[in-house]
Amino acid sequence: MFFTVSLYIALAVFAIGLLFKVSTWFRYSLSPAAANISSGKRVAAAAKGILLTVFSLKILTLLKVLVLEVLLQTRTLKESLLRWWMHMLIYGGFMLLLLMHALDKIVSVSLFSDYYATLNPFMFLRDLFGLMVMVGLALALYRRFFMKIPRLKTNPLDHYAIIILAVIMVSGFLLEGIKITSYTRYQEMVEAYGEAGDEEELKALESLWVKEYGVVSPELKGPFEDDVIEKGRELNESCISCHSRPQWAFLGYGTAKIIAPAAVALDEAGAPRFLWIIHFLACFIGLAYLPFSKMFHIIASPVSLLANAVMDPLTSDPANIATRQIMELDACTHCGTCTLRCSVGVVFEEIPNVNILPSEKIASLKRLASGKNISQQDIRTIQEGLYLCTNCLRCTGVCPVGINLQELWFSAREALLQKDCPELLILSPLSLYRGLMQPALPDDVYQKPIALINDVIVNRFKAIDQEHPTFPAQMDKGLKRTLDISAPGSTFSYCFTCKTCTSACPVVHNFEHPWEALGLVPHQIMHATALGLGDLIFSSKMLWACLGCYQCQQQCPQGVRVADVLYELKNLAFKQLKEPLSKG
Amino acid sequence: MNFALFRCCPTSIFLKQYESSTDAVLRKLGVQFTDIKEFNCCGYPLKNIDARAYALAGARNLALAEKNGVNILTFCNCCFNSLKHVRHTLQENPALGQDINTVLAKEGLTYQNPVEIKHLFEVLISDIGLDTIREKVVKSFSDLKIATHYGCHILRPQDIVRFDNPIAPTIFDQLVELTGAKSIDWQTKLDCCGSPLLGVDDELSLDLTQKKIKDAKASGADYLCSACVYCQLQFDRVQKMLISRRNEAQPLPSILYTQLLGLSLGIDETELGISRNELDAKDIINFQA
Repeated sequence: MFFTVSLYIALAVFAIGLLFKVSTWFRYSLSPAAANISSGKRVAAAAKGILLTVFSLKILTLLKVLVLEVLLQTRTLKESLLRWWMHMLIYGGFMLLLLMHALDKIVSVSLFSDYYATLNPFMFLRDLFGLMVMVGLALALYRRFFMKIPRLKTNPLDHYAIIILAVIMVSGFLLEGIKITSYTRYQEMVEAYGEAGDEEELKALESLWVKEYGVVSPELKGPFEDDVIEKGRELNESCISCHSRPQWAFLGYGTAKIIAPAAVALDEAGAPRFLWIIHFLACFIGLAYLPFSKMFHIIASPVSLLANAVMDPLTSDPANIATRQIMELDACTHCGTCTLRCSVGVVFEEIPNVNILPSEKIASLKRLASGKNISQQDIRTIQEGLYLCTNCLRCTGVCPVGINLQELWFSAREALLQKDCPELLILSPLSLYRGLMQPALPDDVYQKPIALINDVIVNRFKAIDQEHPTFPAQMDKGLKRTLDISAPGSTFSYCFTCKTCTSACPVVHNFEHPWEALGLVPHQIMHATALGLGDLIFSSKMLWACLGCYQCQQQCPQGVRVADVLYELKNLAFKQLKEPLSKG
Repeated sequence: MNFALFRCCPTSIFLKQYESSTDAVLRKLGVQFTDIKEFNCCGYPLKNIDARAYALAGARNLALAEKNGVNILTFCNCCFNSLKHVRHTLQENPALGQDINTVLAKEGLTYQNPVEIKHLFEVLISDIGLDTIREKVVKSFSDLKIATHYGCHILRPQDIVRFDNPIAPTIFDQLVELTGAKSIDWQTKLDCCGSPLLGVDDELSLDLTQKKIKDAKASGADYLCSACVYCQLQFDRVQKMLISRRNEAQPLPSILYTQLLGLSLGIDETELGISRNELDAKDIINFQA
């Protein structure tokens, strides 16, 4: 009764959760453009897309991906043999247990007319499959907690996944072990299946089961007489047709041997029933919580692999791309491969923003997609993580579940950049990607974030006090000291303002009136540095328009490392700009 | 010693042909190389932002090469320059090196003995030799006028990159001319392509690019030739944008040096990815004898 009620509750929660999660695929969106497509349209577009794909030659691609990438997981294999074994053992073992053991009344019984859980090969296979899962879990623990994998993050959802599987498996083996030893269970079986015999016969049978089947009897203990055992064996003839020797259930039998001294007490205390309840409850909790845990990848990851195999970002319906992107967020298993291969992942060690790491961006993107209110501060952090990306495509290439991560970053980044939160990193060559993608963006969308950050510079650093134009700009004695730290930075002091750097600068050359366009020009920046006029320098467009072409430095007769000084000044300005922005 | 090929980040999306043409040319010339999949960004885009992050990114690559017992071979000027810059900084500033090693130790890496960082051109010139390459040229060009664009970061700052004379370099010209093409003189030859400001200040970036293209055209060039990921993107993809945005008449297509050399070595043009260039450069084969 309790079993049935909890099973149906779990199934109901699972079904509702599944419906809810799948509905988010059509309701949530990452970009304003996607948000404008109604859920109804997205459902219709998905249905149309699926039908058109299934009834076309693309079905062959789908079949190939299903076999190679979903079932055999070749993408994981390509990345790491250890992880492939880990995942194949867990997923293979668990699926086989699910079909043969958990769903035995539905699957095993209909496939095998002679199926008995207590009979070989099923008895042996159950433990073999269980062992597979256990070994896989051990590998997972080893990978997560003992291997030196750089920047691999383990979050509560990863802990949950390992714990729930471990509880299911361990309770299963304990249950099996304790059932082997259980005297109560033995008596039940004798009553249910045994042919009634006299007391001597029953004793002989019991002796055999104590000696060879691991039962721990409160009364009978070995050694037994040979003729008693022989007699027991004769009586056992009717039992062996549906009960193999428990040694075949090698893990359960091992457990039975270990707990044997306490077996009688455990049996009397009702341990078999207690463990059974734990075992099935753990399974039902796992089932009910599946749509909300990372185990949901069991459903979403194959969908992601299949969808990405047949969808072309250039020709697919934008409605379907919007849907696929949200689905992909659920497909992520948080395995960390993308972070491991990320081109800028190492920067996290200097700029400790977890959103730099692709595997961690996914959680932030989920929050963004759900449309929940997010603080300006969080937006800023996520945006920085998204912008600190060289768009090298490696994360997408290595993702074991085929998520088009690159495209996710692009959608989320562009959406965030419209939110009036200035992004400092725009002032770096990381903007190359945006620049090259410019034809794909509406002009106002493209220009807005660039204008925004330029405004921040104008407002933050006061070039000249307009009310008192004759007053010198703020002097900062600390500025020189900061630049003195590095050898190239301190060379500004060799400058005798000969203007060679300025004459060599291609940016200066580009303007008829450089002072108007650029504020200070290079030799003036060197001089202003000596005077400690930080604000004046940081507000100069010249500093931000410096190409880093090193013409100035190459030609300086005094050995001033002009371009290096400019880089250091930019670094300093970044620090000063970042502080107030970080505080929101 | 074996080389690890350092593949610049933007290539995988925008300039796959630089990878395929370099692979093909190196194979043809018998240069052994490997790939280290753990390599990260050279650090170049971080230089504006955070010098320590820049140094860390570069140092990790150097440590990886050291661990694998290989030298680094790059085909991008910016990667070349950044890695050399970081190596130089670490030699100058041992305290920074120690800090970085503490971070690297977390993943079992350490930076101790600097590996060599070579630009593709250095391998062609010193490891193989102009004469050896010249002997392998089977389809040389004639009457082809090339505006050779060195790119800033292969030349400057000279005391760090130590590649060629930064005022009057000749290496790239010699490499172009061994294919039978003529490397013409042009005034803005050593100027910046404009790429570092793309996405930051597009008008200024395009001004610089446009100026160079105009000069190269006026000097009679049939094609531009570059050997840096950023420069090539600027002359190819961005020039295409420039033409539509500024109503420029005729493009001046840019060809990667590995494509030019590859054609002259008789490598198939699909392998060199000529058709992947945004501005049509296929007609260049008409200059081959």
